[in-house]
Amino acid sequence: MHIPDGFLSTGTWVPAWLLSAGGLGYSLKKTAQAMKDRMIPLMGVMSAFIFAAQMVNFPVMGGTSGHLLGGVLAAVLLGPFAGAIVLSCVLIVQCLIFQDGGLTALGANIFNMAIIGAMGGYLFYKVLILLMPSRKGIIVAAAVASWFSVFAAATICALELAISGTSPIAVVVPAMAGVHAIIGLGEAVITGLVVGFVLKVRPDLIYGQAFSHGAGASSSPCGGMLGGAPEEGKS
Amino acid sequence: MKRKEIIFGLLLAALVALFLSPFASPWPDGLERVAEDKGFLQKAEEVKPVVSSPLPDYVFPGLKNEKVATSLAGVLGTLAMFGVGYGVARLLKKRS
Repeated sequence: MHIPDGFLSTGTWVPAWLLSAGGLGYSLKKTAQAMKDRMIPLMGVMSAFIFAAQMVNFPVMGGTSGHLLGGVLAAVLLGPFAGAIVLSCVLIVQCLIFQDGGLTALGANIFNMAIIGAMGGYLFYKVLILLMPSRKGIIVAAAVASWFSVFAAATICALELAISGTSPIAVVVPAMAGVHAIIGLGEAVITGLVVGFVLKVRPDLIYGQAFSHGAGASSSPCGGMLGGAPEEGKS
Repeated sequence: MKRKEIIFGLLLAALVALFLSPFASPWPDGLERVAEDKGFLQKAEEVKPVVSSPLPDYVFPGLKNEKVATSLAGVLGTLAMFGVGYGVARLLKKRS
C-alpha cells in the first residue's frame, strides 16, 4: 500500500506530512518517557522483522498480491507509540534506500500505516482484549485488529487518492477496501501466529505485561492472566 | 531480551529476507492492482523520483541473478533496519 509520487496532489500530501509529523513527534515524546532498556533490542528486532516480512508478497487472488504491514504486530509487542515509530522507521528506509513509496507521499504512507496501522490498530486491539481477557483472547484480538488495521489504512489511502482527484471516491474506496479486506486475512494469520509464538516463549514481551512498571501485571490491561513473568532478571 | 534471544529474532528476520523474499509473489500489490484497474497507474510513471535511491525495487545492483540480488538487498536491508530501530530506541532512552 506504499503510495508512489504522483498519486497525491500537493493539497493532500502536505497536510498528510504535517499530520504524520505531529503524530510521530507525540509518539517520540511518549516513547522517551516510558523507555526501558529492555525495549531497545526489541525495537531493533521488530524493525528488522517487519522490514523482511514486508518484502514477502503473498498471492491473494487473480494476479494480485499483498504483504504484511505489521502495525498491530509492532504495537502488541511495543505499545502503540513505539510501534508507530518502528513502522515509520521501516517506511523511511524503504522510501529512501529502496524507492518503495514516494518521498512526497511519505507523510501519507506514515499516516496510513504507522499512525492508523499501529496506533489505530492498537486501540481496536485494546478494546478486544478487554472483551476477551485470556491468553487466547490476546491472539484473537491481535489477529482481528490487524485485519481491521489493513482495512482502515486502505480505506484512508483511498480517501487520500479521492481527495487528490486521482480517482473518484465511489470507484477507489470500494476497490481499495475490497482487495485489502482479503489481503488483511494474510495479515491476521501472520500476526496471530507471531503473537501466539511470543506468548508461548516470552509472554512478558507482550506490551502491558512486563513493561508495566512496579506493580507488575496487576496494572496491565491483561490483569495478570499471563502468569505475570517477573520483571527482574529477564533483560 | 537475552543476547541469544536477540540473535534468534534477528536471525529469523534475516532468514525470511534471505530465503523468502526472492520467492515473493511478483504480482502487483493491492494499491498497484487498483491503480491499474481504475486507470491511474500512469500518474506514478509520469513523475521522476525526487531522490534517487541506492537499491531501487530491492535489487542489489550489478548482479545477473535477480533472485540473488533481491535476497542480498533484503538481508542488507534487514540488518540495517535492526541498526536503525536499535539506534532510535537508544537515542530515545538517552533522552528519557
